[in-house]
Amino acid sequence: MADRPDNSAFDGSNKPQLALHVPEPKYRPGDTVDFTDLNVPPAGEQARPDETCDPKETAPLCHDLVRVLGDDDKAHGPWDPKLSPDVLRTMLGHFATVRAFDERMFRGQRQGKTSFYMKCTGEEATSVSAAMALASDDMVFPSYRQQGVLIARGYPLIEMINQIYSNKGDKLKGRQLPIMYSSREHSFFSISGNLATQTPQAVGWAMASAIKGDSRIAATWLGEGSTAEGDFHSACTFAAVYNAPVILNVINNQWAISSFSGFAGAERTTFAARALGYGLAGLRVDGNDPLAVYASQKWAADRARANAGPTLIEYFTYRAEGHSTSDDPSGYRSAQEREEWPLGDPVMRLKRHLIALGEWDEDRQAEMDENAATHVKQTTKEAEKNGILGHGLHHPFRTMFEDVFEELPWHLKEQAEQAVHEREVKFPEGLPNR
Amino acid sequence: MSETAQKDAKTADNDVERRLNMIEAINDALDIMLDRDPDVIVMGEDVGYFGGVFRCTAGLQEKFGKTRVFDTPISECGIIGVAVGMGAYGLRPVPEIQFADYIYPGLDQLISEAARLRYRSAAEYIAPLTVRSPFGGGIFGGQTHSQSPESIFTHVSGLKTVIPSTPYDAKGLLISAIEDNDPVIFFEPKRIYNGPFSGYYDKPVEPWKKHEQSKVPEGYYSIPLGKARTVREGGEMTILAYGTMVHVVESVAREKGVDAEILDLRTLVPLDIEAIEASVRKTGRCMIVHEATRTSGFGAELSALVQERCFYHLEAPIARVTGFDTPYPHSLEWAYFPGPVRIGEAIDKLLSE
Ligand SMILES: Cc1ncc(C[n+]2csc(CCOP(=O)(O)OP(=O)(O)O)c2C)c(N)n1
Ligand SMILES: [Mg+2]
Repeated sequence: MADRPDNSAFDGSNKPQLALHVPEPKYRPGDTVDFTDLNVPPAGEQARPDETCDPKETAPLCHDLVRVLGDDDKAHGPWDPKLSPDVLRTMLGHFATVRAFDERMFRGQRQGKTSFYMKCTGEEATSVSAAMALASDDMVFPSYRQQGVLIARGYPLIEMINQIYSNKGDKLKGRQLPIMYSSREHSFFSISGNLATQTPQAVGWAMASAIKGDSRIAATWLGEGSTAEGDFHSACTFAAVYNAPVILNVINNQWAISSFSGFAGAERTTFAARALGYGLAGLRVDGNDPLAVYASQKWAADRARANAGPTLIEYFTYRAEGHSTSDDPSGYRSAQEREEWPLGDPVMRLKRHLIALGEWDEDRQAEMDENAATHVKQTTKEAEKNGILGHGLHHPFRTMFEDVFEELPWHLKEQAEQAVHEREVKFPEGLPNR
Repeated sequence: MSETAQKDAKTADNDVERRLNMIEAINDALDIMLDRDPDVIVMGEDVGYFGGVFRCTAGLQEKFGKTRVFDTPISECGIIGVAVGMGAYGLRPVPEIQFADYIYPGLDQLISEAARLRYRSAAEYIAPLTVRSPFGGGIFGGQTHSQSPESIFTHVSGLKTVIPSTPYDAKGLLISAIEDNDPVIFFEPKRIYNGPFSGYYDKPVEPWKKHEQSKVPEGYYSIPLGKARTVREGGEMTILAYGTMVHVVESVAREKGVDAEILDLRTLVPLDIEAIEASVRKTGRCMIVHEATRTSGFGAELSALVQERCFYHLEAPIARVTGFDTPYPHSLEWAYFPGPVRIGEAIDKLLSE
């Protein structure tokens, strides 16, 4: 480059050339995976500060990993939530349901019963165990991978399937992509396809609850990849500024479609450590350890409820399956990653823990899994009576125009008439059955 | 075209000419521009190693390296913002926004920054970026994978908006967009990535290779921005369309045996007003078709222009056929889509007036 001014940065030719760093994951398809360099501390060794502590006190925990369940399948240390065997069995039951549900719905998509599905395999604890630590009317603002929250809150499976099939029984009138549930009754916010938008909304809900002197708090979930969106950073700022009673859950499942966590900054620091810059309390937690997930969520909920402020929790986990039914991960990551994942599988870990406590056995597990599969299968059959996606035309055409506004303006009335007219032209004998 | 994409590109056995689908044509254009101009940078969510969720950038990182073609954080604001900064340095970034529905977090960088940089700096700085993004519905994508937000961008002074409807055009227009020194929004109609669309969702997709416009020559060529394509000539009416709807109106016009002149606008800004005027003056009737919502849609602009310039040649009110003013529904997608019935009846009405 010619004609540089005096004192140009170019002066001093012994300086290195600038070079762009583009992150690269350790393993690509076919690579042998070795996770031994992943620092997995022993369970039970992490300190547990008081829930009302200064956010600064959580700084060490932002780089550590809160773990309760050890290799011996026993619970260790100050984070042990000391849940009764009954509660643990309930949790295990939710896990079984989520897994059976994911299996069946994924297959349903493959069989052409709907357009889309997303599993949460390997990440069940981050939603089920977390939801169990919240009050049933704490408001949750989920992303698309928190079916476990709905199941833990007792949302009827048939409602979920009706939504997935966009059929006559779908409360959302077939408007939303499958799995974009909403249930006000279960304090579960309407899911958006636009990433991270729910995070400042959760903070706003929590601020409202504080304005009104309520006792309910808000919790939100988003993927590690989505933390790159500006919305998340606005959420952190507002949460800190107003000391909002909110929990920001970052589900670090290592992948965002084909992009590894390095593209959200994981090569430099942890996601939990984001908390420090904002002045939030932060925890980094083994997301495949159901007890640690429960305990950390409970800690943050108690903190928020005591007006001690917001918490950002990173749940360190692994997306065991593809991103969605539209994705084939064998094109960008090593299949061995799943097998080698050092934090194991949350369902197996909880099962082994209960067995170690003498409160469970393989036969009862097999029975539980079978019951879950049967329940899901029967409910699916039931839901199919309301139709599967098929041609999609299950709902009266005028419903398309409802809820755009509270009242139908003239132009939507005209358009609704047009839509109904088109249906009569296209299907003079009524809609085809499906 | 990159090797991976070349392997994918299917050449019809009994045809020496190279035929590409729209994805391959876009890949080819990017490949050529990366090769010709060392300042061209391709980036976006999942575009690097994986080659894009629709495969438009397949093989490009392998060929041109990680500092020319790379993945980005999931931040559309960041993607467009850094593209503006790279442009200020002198690069020619071609960011991809994974779905047009996800461009909104980047709007401030696009509208307040990219579109106005030339103006506010009296051309000291420019923003020569080309923002590629799949748009439009017809794939059961629900409200966040189906929108057609083009008129949000045509409303912004300083942005160009380009929408190809064939593989041949996609390549030539994308090359022009990349070479253009102003920011260009390049919307790719995802419903026709793999084949043109007749509007009958229950009929099998016809692959591009049977279509004349899938003949895509090797190497560099460009199609100027601001020139419409006459899809077919006719005397009874002019139909203005772009993207997926070009194919839908063509099939409806054929089916109805109407002597329609169909213009594929190809670029909305700058608009080929001469071609529009000449055609409407000739036919005396004008119909505008787009998939986007109706109110303040680009059809409103077209209708105003035609009325202002061709009023005394019009024999009937200008007709608009559009998507409805609702979010894009998931299950009622085919009740929403401006398909053969809506278009066919509008044609009948226009002819009867
Ligand atoms: C604003 C926005 N940009 C892009 C997308 C497309 N997209 C959908 S999911 C996804 C990856 C998200 O990854 P992560 O946040 O890690 O969540 P995970 O899928 O791993 O649960 C992307 C890029 C989107 N839905 N919204
Ligand atoms: Mg992720």
